[in-house]
Amino acid sequence: MGFNIVVTVKQVPDTHNVSGNAMKEDGTINRSALPAIFNPEDLNALEEALKIKKITDGNITAITMGPASAVDILKECLYRGVDKVILVSDKKFAGSDTLATSYILKSAIEKNGNFDLILCGRQAIDGDTAQVGPQIAEKLDINQITNIFQTVKISKNSITVKRETDTGAEIVKSRFPVLLTVTSDTNEPRPPSVKLIMTYKKLKADDFSKKISFPDISAEKWNINSINAEESKCGFSGSPTKVVKVDNVVLTTGRAKMISNTDDGINTLFRELNQNHVFG
Amino acid sequence: MPNFYSDNSDILFHFNNMNISEIINLKEDNFSEKDDFLHAPQNEADAMDNYNKVLEVVGNIASGFIAPRAANVDRDGIVFENGEVIFPENILDSFEKTKQADLTGFSIPRKYGGIQIPITVYIMAVEMISRADASFMNIFGLQGISDTILKFGSEEQKLKYLPLFASGSVMGSMALTEPDAGSDLQAAMLKASLKDDNTWELSGVKRFITNGCAEISLVMARSEKGHIGGRGLSLFIYRRDDKMKIRRIEHKLGIHGSPTCELQFNNAPAELLGKRKLGLIKYTMHLMNLARLAVAAQALGIAEAAYRESLSYAKKRVQFKKPIYEFSAIFEMLTLMKVNIEASRTLLYEASRCVDIKDGLENKIEKYPEKKKDLQKKLKKYAKYSALLTPFVKSYIAEMSNKICYDAIQIHAGVGYTCEFAVERLYRDARITSIYEGTTQLQILAAIGGVTDGTLLEIINSYENNHDFNNVSELIAGARYIRSQLELSINYIKEKKDIKYQEYHSARLVLLGTETMISYLMTIDALKSEAKKKTAALFISTAKNQAESITRFILSNDQNLLNYYNDILNDNP
Repeated sequence: MGFNIVVTVKQVPDTHNVSGNAMKEDGTINRSALPAIFNPEDLNALEEALKIKKITDGNITAITMGPASAVDILKECLYRGVDKVILVSDKKFAGSDTLATSYILKSAIEKNGNFDLILCGRQAIDGDTAQVGPQIAEKLDINQITNIFQTVKISKNSITVKRETDTGAEIVKSRFPVLLTVTSDTNEPRPPSVKLIMTYKKLKADDFSKKISFPDISAEKWNINSINAEESKCGFSGSPTKVVKVDNVVLTTGRAKMISNTDDGINTLFRELNQNHVFG
Repeated sequence: MPNFYSDNSDILFHFNNMNISEIINLKEDNFSEKDDFLHAPQNEADAMDNYNKVLEVVGNIASGFIAPRAANVDRDGIVFENGEVIFPENILDSFEKTKQADLTGFSIPRKYGGIQIPITVYIMAVEMISRADASFMNIFGLQGISDTILKFGSEEQKLKYLPLFASGSVMGSMALTEPDAGSDLQAAMLKASLKDDNTWELSGVKRFITNGCAEISLVMARSEKGHIGGRGLSLFIYRRDDKMKIRRIEHKLGIHGSPTCELQFNNAPAELLGKRKLGLIKYTMHLMNLARLAVAAQALGIAEAAYRESLSYAKKRVQFKKPIYEFSAIFEMLTLMKVNIEASRTLLYEASRCVDIKDGLENKIEKYPEKKKDLQKKLKKYAKYSALLTPFVKSYIAEMSNKICYDAIQIHAGVGYTCEFAVERLYRDARITSIYEGTTQLQILAAIGGVTDGTLLEIINSYENNHDFNNVSELIAGARYIRSQLELSINYIKEKKDIKYQEYHSARLVLLGTETMISYLMTIDALKSEAKKKTAALFISTAKNQAESITRFILSNDQNLLNYYNDILNDNP
């Protein structure tokens, strides 16, 4: 068998282009007011997968959990050259927090079969938790390397990457299987191929799991039963995170203090930072 | 993120209102490939949807990837080291993006790996790419040489070369110009020799070759010993090897990302394309005509970029306590920029449409020789129209673009003259568009026949016959008035039978002819859009004044320039 790569992808509201009515009165996101896009760092994960596919002569499965409309981003994956796409969708998944989501995705990855490498975007721009990737690795009981920004080397049994840390960077090597979370510095995602757009544009959510007439790819739609997931671990019941209250926070800048570029000025600055425990 | 397709309401207007059903049907031949290729369209609507999606992808790459790199490409330029051209990394990255998106085989048929898109749609893409970076357009646009291989190459050559272009594995160039054969291409001397084993070798020098470092070049060479003139020339496919040395590259005013090379061929092996002796008169003409449309689109893209920079600057820049946008001197320049850009676009698409129909008919006749009799007349008509409209658009749009870039710097004033703002680069890049692929003066030579022999009036008559202009009565009255001025001028020139006088006024006559044509096209556009009524009205009122002035001049029989130029230039008393 070839080298099996899984990429997890998510359709998110475009929080980078927020307009006036982007937030509902209760403080939650008004998804209908924001265009749905491919989570940006998931595109970086996909790009890295495509590069690795080329080196390893492997195959890529892209998996998303979401409503039928999430088919759009799976098509975007096909337009860039993945081999298999899976929509994991069930009403019982509604309200899933990161714990439930990672359980559902982990179940889907297991159901999909052997894998050598799982690539996830570091975080999604709607929740910004960066938890799902690490939790999937934890549940699958495999190695994980988070916040990578460069693939250094791939060999038959291992991968070496550079990852960001708070203080700089680390070079980390891991055996397969391993899960990587990928940052936007890793690569420049490729555009879709127009040839593949013309080929797969007509694929609809209803066509998933049907025998479709595209010889080179497969498209599946799975529900809670197909991935053998326990209902109690999915959706609201599987999500310990409860949003108690959402506040609108208006960030304001404090009064600026000018400090002169002299020894005295710098001493004052240090004293103040020390007193405020910014240092020490 | 902005998209150079979806942010351009004029391109969208044309795309949505264009009647290209005939072109699609010629291109797709009753959708005969729908079961053979997954990416082949099933019907007309599907084809249009494909084109729309292709343009979205191009617009996205142009705005999001190519445009942000243009200033660096211009600054870094091409480096020539150890006999090799080194591209700025940013340009190679842009090429890689177009390759990943499968945009390198626009007009190549599916069976050779391309996406089989009409020229009209390709021309839209070329404009967007040029708006992002005019110098990158030369690399992107030279995929067009594959079209000449497709049209005149053997099946073996097509199978060998077209997939390389379609996959973006190679870049192309057209090696035509020589030190002593610029506008006068029939003076080309580079020698092609037929060896005993029936293969060809090239020897000699080519100069001013855009992208001459490309892997595959079409080289025009003298294959017929003793034949001087155009009929001694053939066209060859040359694949880069060590028998060709790049002697130097030119240091140019603009398009810094595009290498202009001097090439020395030393018994370099090459393949004959098509038949001997047809190199210039048939194949190079075809090659150049497509390239001329592409250069017109390039000029238009530069103009679009310059206009947008100027508009946004004029709204922000405050002098005398108000944005300079509010001064009539400024808003007049801006408005005329936009009107002339829209005028250019409608003319460009009309020319591309004619070329698409001509090409489609030629392909159909080749595929179904039995239909030749029925189609021949129509083909002849569209060949004639294309031959007139191509030099129209090349000359008109290149000059328009230069003027717009001039005004763009004027609106920016002092800062526009500095490298801090994009308009100085656009100004330098625009300058070449009225020179390469045939100077404006050569385009006028190519167009004047069609203006005076009735071809232009034939096209205009077809517009008159095919449209009901009742809803735009003032506009059509204006267009007809301009036409009447044109006819006065043509008749005067024809009756005078003075070839020198005709040559003297040919630039003015071609301009008048072009503006007559545009006045009609804009009136037709105004039938479909309220906004277009305003741009058409403004174009026509300006063109009317110009038409009167040109006609007055031509009818005056004023020959002072012809009589005095020699004395004035030679300081004769």
